[in-house]
Amino acid sequence: MARACIAWKYGDNVDTDVIIPARYLVTGDPKELGPHCLEGLDPTFPAGHQPGDIIVGGKNFGCGSSREHAPLAIKGAGVPCVIAASFARIFFRNAINIGLPVYESPDAAAGIGMGDEIAVDARAGTIVNRTRGEQYAIRPLPPFMQELLDAGGLMARLKRELAQERAAEGGNP
Amino acid sequence: MERTGMTLAEKLLAAKLGRPVAAGELVEVPVDLVMGNDITAPVAIRAFEAAGATRVFDPDRVALVASHFVPARDVSSANQTSTMRRFALAHHIRHYYPEGSGGIEHTLLPERGIVVSGDIVVGADSHTCTYGALGAFATGVGSTDLAYAMATGRTWFKVPETTSFVYHGQRQPWVTGKDLILHTIHLIGDDGALYQSMEFSGHAIGELSMEDRLTMANMAIEAGGKVGLVTPDAVTEAYERGRALRPPRFLAPDPNARYLAAIDVDVSRLEPQVAFPWLPSKTRPLSEVGDVPLDQVFIGSCTNGRLTDLRIAARLLQGRRVAPNLRLVVIPATQDVYLKAVQEGLVEVFVQAGAMVSAATCGPCLGGHTGVLGAGERCLSTSNRNYVGRMGDPTAEVYLASPAVAAASAVTGRITHPAAILGEEVA
Ligand code: SF4
Repeated sequence: MARACIAWKYGDNVDTDVIIPARYLVTGDPKELGPHCLEGLDPTFPAGHQPGDIIVGGKNFGCGSSREHAPLAIKGAGVPCVIAASFARIFFRNAINIGLPVYESPDAAAGIGMGDEIAVDARAGTIVNRTRGEQYAIRPLPPFMQELLDAGGLMARLKRELAQERAAEGGNP
Repeated sequence: MERTGMTLAEKLLAAKLGRPVAAGELVEVPVDLVMGNDITAPVAIRAFEAAGATRVFDPDRVALVASHFVPARDVSSANQTSTMRRFALAHHIRHYYPEGSGGIEHTLLPERGIVVSGDIVVGADSHTCTYGALGAFATGVGSTDLAYAMATGRTWFKVPETTSFVYHGQRQPWVTGKDLILHTIHLIGDDGALYQSMEFSGHAIGELSMEDRLTMANMAIEAGGKVGLVTPDAVTEAYERGRALRPPRFLAPDPNARYLAAIDVDVSRLEPQVAFPWLPSKTRPLSEVGDVPLDQVFIGSCTNGRLTDLRIAARLLQGRRVAPNLRLVVIPATQDVYLKAVQEGLVEVFVQAGAMVSAATCGPCLGGHTGVLGAGERCLSTSNRNYVGRMGDPTAEVYLASPAVAAASAVTGRITHPAAILGEEVA
């Protein structure tokens, strides 16, 4: 049973500069980035949210720079996933690559309000809004990306490939 | 049934794979070049090493460029550049440009012929799409993608749908590639080309210099685009001659290619454009800007920090002074541009006008250093992004425009048409 979480709801075009401003890009450590997550957009978020709370955006979430520090900061802040009407492509790709689930759902983005209690059931492909008694469908990921996410991201895949390579080299000196 | 043809994006991927592809397909392709900078490479290097990778796929096809915090702003940024240096030296990276030798990656790579027409490029920086001006499939990725591509020489893409943008007519004086792309983003919105390839063509593109085309492709990402492409022509050929380090490959879209949409733009009535805070799409023609007093003008960045940009700015600043209480920061995008600007006397013009000129770096474009904005300050910038907090304090306002508008505005202290300060009639 998916745990209920509080939604932090924002509008369209939440860009990576407000997710994590460039002045903090002198580190790549999620633990150091996390405390500054979203501070440019909502100064109450860093201190006000609980680990497990979910960020909900509108269209084009994560637009702007390619900084992987943005999904890393979200992860570092203890946010388990992001829901939006649509995602900017580099952010989307980065999130999957580092194993941060991102759920596209225009209905959820339209229906969920700030502070609503929601539960995500990724397996069933649904988001339940307990505050409003609504349910929304998640747009399924392409199978390739779902596999990547299930495997723990792109680096897990690289590790496997490198291990296979080494095994092949070892067997054929 | 007749086969539909391929768009330029499809052609580029198909040529690499040796088979036709169609939009929507997921493909894994070998890359010709991978790029990282001082912000994104250290994260990639950590991932690369943590995954147990011990060598890059080809040291000649990796570019690592110190560009953002150059020279180091503080201890943390110094540590980031030294992470990159250690890695670059250990792996014999051919295109490693430490501080002082290169500049901003997106200006440097085309300038030195490191990226050429027909290439497939992934760069851990969103403005990697700049190289699309040469007809290269080049797109921004994150650090994990960079780590994977450095280790394997491969990456995966969803073949993008394409929107065709056809520009007709004769540009008015002072209307540049920057104005064309700002206007285009205004037309389609900040996510108007999300996941798509933007194919720029038409008479007015044919007339643009390579520098102006690079400016346009640079900002494809500001409309959400994956790539911004121009089909190589005589201008491309002339630009790459004597510069390209590998033989370029010129590809063109098929005449019967399938486009998601085709948008016609008549440039003949277009004025210089200014994007208002806080989105690149909030663009207005210069005549509708009104009175906007400024605290700072920044001329530089991967969008408009090339020699041609500095020449236009110097032409307008020659014999004039920057308005009282306004800061003008001019930063050549690469050290080569910087040197030529010194040799041509442009730097002297800038300094005499009261500008501050620094070594090649991104600096203020990302609110990093060398011109960060304070609370409530207003800046006109030739860069590509004016998001909240982009250049400093979240209450600071950033306006985007061409170098000509920037230089003219530095003289008057408010957003100004370049023709106005030359005493020309404003069209
Ligand atoms: S100049 Fe600005 S947009 Fe270009 S690479 Fe540097 S920070 Fe990014």
